[in-house]
Amino acid sequence: MAKKKKKNKSTSSHSQQLPLPKNQILELYDLMVKARVLEERLIKIYKSGDAYFWIGGPGEEGFGVPLGLLINKGQGHNHDWLHLHYRCSPTLVAMGMPYIDAIRLIMNKATDINTGGRNFANHYCYPEWNVAPVTSPIEVQYSAAIGTAWAQHRENANGITIVSGGDAGTAEGDFASCLVWASRPGNELPLLITVQNNRWGISTSYDTQHGEQSIADRGKAFGMKTKVINANDPIEGYLGMKECIEYIRKNKKPMLVEFKVSRLYGHSSADGANLRNEEDCIQNLEEKLLNWKLITKEEIKNIRANYEAEAKKATEQARTEGGPEANTLWDHVYVDNENADWRNF
Amino acid sequence: MANMAQAIRLALHYAEENLELKDVFGEDVGPPLGGVFTATQGIKSAWNSPLDERGIIGCAMGIAMTGDRCVAEIQFCDYIFNTIDLLKMVGNTYWTTHGRMPLPLVVMTPVGAGIRGSVYHSHSFDAWASRLPGWKIVMPSNPKDAYGLLLSAIADPNPVLFLKPKALLRVKGKEMIPGEPEGDKVLKSMIDAPVGDRSNWKPKWPKIEDYRVPIGKAEVTRQGEDLTIVSYGRTLPICNTVADELQDKGHSVEVIDLRSIYPYDWQAIKTSVQKTKKVLFVNEDTEVTNFAEHLAYRVGQELFYEIYAAPRVLAAKNLPGIGLHPNLEDNTVPQKPQITEAALDVIGQQP
Repeated sequence: MAKKKKKNKSTSSHSQQLPLPKNQILELYDLMVKARVLEERLIKIYKSGDAYFWIGGPGEEGFGVPLGLLINKGQGHNHDWLHLHYRCSPTLVAMGMPYIDAIRLIMNKATDINTGGRNFANHYCYPEWNVAPVTSPIEVQYSAAIGTAWAQHRENANGITIVSGGDAGTAEGDFASCLVWASRPGNELPLLITVQNNRWGISTSYDTQHGEQSIADRGKAFGMKTKVINANDPIEGYLGMKECIEYIRKNKKPMLVEFKVSRLYGHSSADGANLRNEEDCIQNLEEKLLNWKLITKEEIKNIRANYEAEAKKATEQARTEGGPEANTLWDHVYVDNENADWRNF
Repeated sequence: MANMAQAIRLALHYAEENLELKDVFGEDVGPPLGGVFTATQGIKSAWNSPLDERGIIGCAMGIAMTGDRCVAEIQFCDYIFNTIDLLKMVGNTYWTTHGRMPLPLVVMTPVGAGIRGSVYHSHSFDAWASRLPGWKIVMPSNPKDAYGLLLSAIADPNPVLFLKPKALLRVKGKEMIPGEPEGDKVLKSMIDAPVGDRSNWKPKWPKIEDYRVPIGKAEVTRQGEDLTIVSYGRTLPICNTVADELQDKGHSVEVIDLRSIYPYDWQAIKTSVQKTKKVLFVNEDTEVTNFAEHLAYRVGQELFYEIYAAPRVLAAKNLPGIGLHPNLEDNTVPQKPQITEAALDVIGQQP
């Protein structure tokens, strides 16, 4: 009896020192590993010749997983809208996307629910979760996000809109459009404008292209609240994201938030997709978990091994599936497969 | 009779009352102006956007993603060119998402010459638009069709580009819009905003009725036997006049108002050309890689052994702009003399 009491006291005391409840920290870590294993699996699929191209988000888990955990997931104006870019897999993993969806997508299978084998890796679309289609242009999501946020504003809905993009994409006009439209007097939008600053635009260094002190500073000119968050510290990423989302839900006003992240495997398979020497948010969190004695090295190893097995199984499943047939080319040009082929007019 | 600007206004009003149209927006679209051509005056869901075409198209995309219906305006098609990748994306979204994300939206924009609009208010966009797969593209030539096409566009589950021939926006129709009150002055007094202070003005909408022009359906506006002229927008009424004048000189000319550029009514063209054996396509976009060249190509491919003359395209000269002086504008885009000359030339060809 005495021993049991002592254990409870210890747990309670330990929790008070943690920035988040233990189960939340472990969930955050678990999903970050789950997302990383998926990306590493996608790279392996590319390197083994089962895919034509890889692009993705290893190194952005400290941003993406907190976002996926904190959003109001669902369909309709009263749920949050997400306009993501092609490094967004951690968010979707945190939202519950199964591995097989991402693997069918990169392998261009007919079973790929996101694009039917038509588009690149990590170009997702989940209307049932208000996830707008991910596209290859690096800026367009910033202008499309205006529209979902406007619809939520018009309906005084509970949902907010979150848009993500890279630091290089902020040079495009659509980023400025987003700032302008989000902050119109009397029509401020419930819009979280995020930038994942990995300090690269393919091969071009951030330092050679950005004169502003921080990207987030650009929001100040529009009177919007801004913040810079180090998402290589996932706890800071989670707490910062939570503060931003709560602010927008409460105030129905926009924020511009810059998340510092890493780009661990380069831009895409076009530059090799090999591990780079950059700060790793998962390693950072692991060190904290070990220091806090929330996890053991053995448990870390097991978590990763279990997800690798899950990813391998999904890969094997996808390999058995066929690609889209040529006779599906004209499918979905128009709704209900209305004829779009001029030869048949 | 309503003019085309009034017809567009009536359609927008009908749609916000009956088709769940939620937003009509763009530069100067809302009060006090109600559009530079007054086509959005009095529309309760109309609002002014920043002067930002990319923001306008992006916003329309986002609204459509939520399932809400909107009509976005680009003030002149001359200013739509910086949105071309967004337009491409609107057209490909349903396809690239394998049917997961429809984008039911309408973009309307004034096009063409005829108002002495100089280099940046005279462009056409129909040929450019025809290279945006996934869109439907329509262009009325009279107020009743403008009303019926716009309602069809708003109700359509796909993106629709509604091209407004700016030279015809003030031209009154010859057919009543269902529910339109008798007498020009009556309608004007009901739905035209007063000049000057209009801050307390509200329109009194007539009880207009549902009327749709199906997208993809052309209309034969003149019956004839010797030549088919296929046109749309500003040049269509000119083609009608040419047909009437040539009739007096013993030439029987059939005129087809295509109304929809994509999907287009091939069966109407084919049926007519099989009868007349000769065809002239007329529009005012630039002549090189003009949309009508595709139609002429198709006539050549499918009706080669039935026609008596090479298919002809009369379009704007392939110039970088349309000059302001009437001598420049009138000799750049097709006018009545050029259409008449081309029609007689094709009629005169012998196999």
